[in-house]
Amino acid sequence: MILLIVNGKKHAVDTSPDTPLLWVLREKLGLMGTKYGCGIGLCGACTVHIDGQPQKSCLVPVKDAQGKKITTIEGIPDSHPVKKAWIEDDVPQCGYCQPGQIMSAVALLKTNPKPNDDDINGAMTGNICRCGTYQRIRRAIHRAVAITAKGGKP
Amino acid sequence: MSGIIKMSRRDFLKTGALAGGGLILCFSFPLGKALGDTATQPAALIQPNAFIRIGADDTVTIIVNHSEMGEGVYTSLPMLVAEELEADWTKIRVEPAPVDPVYNHTAFGMQMTGGSSSVWSEYDRLRQVGAAAREMLVAAAAAVWKVDRESCRAVNGKVVHTSGRQLTYGQLADKAATMAVPKEIRLKDPSEFRIIGKPTLRLDSPEKVNGKAVFGLDVRIPGMLTALIARPPVFGAEVASVDSRKARAVPGVRKVAQVPSGVAVVATGFWPAKKGRDALKISWGEGPGARLSTAGMREQYAKLARTPGSVARKEGDPEQALLKAAKQITAEYEVPYLAHATMEPLNCVVDLRADGCDIWTGTQFQTADRNAAARVLGLKPEKVRLHTTFLGGGFGRRANPQSDFVVEAAHVARTVKGPVKVIWTREDDIKGGYYRPIWSDRLAAGLDKDGNPVAWLHTIVGQSIMHGSPFEKRMIGKDGIDQTSVEGAKEIAYAIPNIRVDLHSPVIVVPVQWWRSVGHSHTAFVVESFIDEVAHAAGQDPYQLRRKLLAGHPRNLGVLELAANKAGWGKPLPQGRARGIAVHESFKSFVAQVAEVSVSPEGEIRVHRVVCAVDCGRYVNPTTIEAQMESGIVFGLTAALHGAITLKDGRVEQSNFNDYQMARINEMPEVEVHIVQNNEKSGGIGEPGVPPIAPAVCNAIFSLTGKRIRSLPISAEELKA
Repeated sequence: MILLIVNGKKHAVDTSPDTPLLWVLREKLGLMGTKYGCGIGLCGACTVHIDGQPQKSCLVPVKDAQGKKITTIEGIPDSHPVKKAWIEDDVPQCGYCQPGQIMSAVALLKTNPKPNDDDINGAMTGNICRCGTYQRIRRAIHRAVAITAKGGKP
Repeated sequence: MSGIIKMSRRDFLKTGALAGGGLILCFSFPLGKALGDTATQPAALIQPNAFIRIGADDTVTIIVNHSEMGEGVYTSLPMLVAEELEADWTKIRVEPAPVDPVYNHTAFGMQMTGGSSSVWSEYDRLRQVGAAAREMLVAAAAAVWKVDRESCRAVNGKVVHTSGRQLTYGQLADKAATMAVPKEIRLKDPSEFRIIGKPTLRLDSPEKVNGKAVFGLDVRIPGMLTALIARPPVFGAEVASVDSRKARAVPGVRKVAQVPSGVAVVATGFWPAKKGRDALKISWGEGPGARLSTAGMREQYAKLARTPGSVARKEGDPEQALLKAAKQITAEYEVPYLAHATMEPLNCVVDLRADGCDIWTGTQFQTADRNAAARVLGLKPEKVRLHTTFLGGGFGRRANPQSDFVVEAAHVARTVKGPVKVIWTREDDIKGGYYRPIWSDRLAAGLDKDGNPVAWLHTIVGQSIMHGSPFEKRMIGKDGIDQTSVEGAKEIAYAIPNIRVDLHSPVIVVPVQWWRSVGHSHTAFVVESFIDEVAHAAGQDPYQLRRKLLAGHPRNLGVLELAANKAGWGKPLPQGRARGIAVHESFKSFVAQVAEVSVSPEGEIRVHRVVCAVDCGRYVNPTTIEAQMESGIVFGLTAALHGAITLKDGRVEQSNFNDYQMARINEMPEVEVHIVQNNEKSGGIGEPGVPPIAPAVCNAIFSLTGKRIRSLPISAEELKA
């Protein structure tokens, strides 16, 4: 049994310890917002936070996540300025990569509450969007900063 | 279309616009079953037709027959219905249509999404649908109040009487269901539109932002197993023998079974299935495909391009005109195989039971996939229910002529008890074929003494994508010419008196398929680069030469001038930057782009800004048009900068995003989109943004460095200072 703390809830999971966290989240815990895109940590669709740090969950064997605080897209409240900005800027197209994009953006704003475009490019380069929503992602991150400044709570 | 439409019962049957009485279709709640949330579905009160369901809570559910793969049809198509229905936009919900002839594409006769056709093909029908339902609701209110129908009007989800009384659509739904289908309906004049043409946020954003949107890969059914398939390392190869002992020993592996496309490993989840697949020992009978290399193909193609092919267009006497021209230029171009690389890898869930079968997948080809699965399963098509999920990208890959990813899953389902999900890894996707073909082109132009082009000869070499597809008869003529091989080259709009465009279509074992913008993905690059070469050879500004030669084509000219003006064509740029321009018509729309580019001493290209002008006629959602232009630009830029699938000894040399790279946010130019306002018929928007970007960038590179890029992807090596 592997003990996981995901979005504040404790789970005991019966799985092979080398299984990537991504597949445990999806297949054992039913948290389908974290996506599979490449399996080698190059697309960012599987991005989650582990102890506050953005991580590619396809590269993390579940045994290494044991006991750590894991946050997935489902653990970010709908009222979060990043989620609100994403809707207001009409960011998603196919939408498949967006949970990963949002997890990276949320992590960026925690460490850098007012990023410029270069900061954004640097923090978001690990997330591929095949639909090409990058311009809107930049815009939405700036908007999230503005929403936060007006009292929105991350 | 506006004004009064007379509707006969025959029309309803023919167009499928209305399904009254016995035509009401049986609706399932496709995703509800998989997700176990059927209880949250509002009760259906009426189905005024196959496309609208109004609930007692005033929600208006639009059943959308086109697949949502990012292009925005789950917003734009409901806008068409809501406009005429006079619906309250905040009450609109969307549901994917089941497979039924009533949902067939109005032009292509099967249920499908492709060819940038969703808006234009539904522009009339969905408005008629909305208007008919509105009339039934108004008639219902008049009957309830026992007043003249003319004294009632539909406003924002309610029917209002001149007295001030009002009833919501939800309150009227029951009664409206009993009203006769109207014999004639009045469609709005565009001046009355309050939804169509207005910037509208996507309806699907909230669920795509909170992670709840269900893609095919997210479908879960109790007891479902997961399968990965070991496919041949060489196209056309077959399994000679399998040693599956180690694979079967992997904990969680339930079954190893041979299927026509390879060897399936079925397990309790992705990871055991992958470990099982990795442990398989398969020897393959490789066949002639093992001798194929793309380097060799390119040589063969280039040789072929120097010989005339089947003539797709001939005007005047191009050969003589070229000989007699004061100046002649020739050039050879080539582009590689490209994979679609949708962000969501292919997948399909099949739940085969004694009483029938349910399939969940993100597909662009519902009818064909359902029928193909039924054939594999030995079932009547109506026993197979196909549920369309969200598509994590399509770009043409999910409209497979052989229904490959559905047929394969059906074969796997036959070998196991209970539901099974087949997942493609990224490596399976990149190596799996159905690529945009390799193309080679040879062009020659003749200029008169004043620098005017008088002859244009263009020979194209590449595999036919229509060969063997359901559209073969429609798209390949008696002359053997696949129209998609020459589209964008055959019908060039430039005023050149002598033109020849011809085609060679070699047959190669590598499976090929339409890839976002299809033939235009290559012809725009070649034509718009070579016309630039012609301009420079003639000593003319490439924009001004295009203007002159497009004088007789106002829509091409319109976007060209709009893009050039907005980009400040001819105005000074910061040191080290240059502009390039391209204009192209595809899918009934016209797009021009101006790219601002710099090149580092290491040959690294940076596209700083792209100004895009688009004329897609009457449009529905300008927000979506902007998004699709941005999207097309990134898609085309990715191919221009990075994209190439190559084969050596029959093996695909790329495998994942390490060696088949995607443009990332740091490569994203600033994109600005300008939309032409007119009342022309609607054109497409999903694809037309792709074709002009590669030539616009390459033309800018020439302007900056004097180096002409004739092969994609652009090689940094070639551009090193």
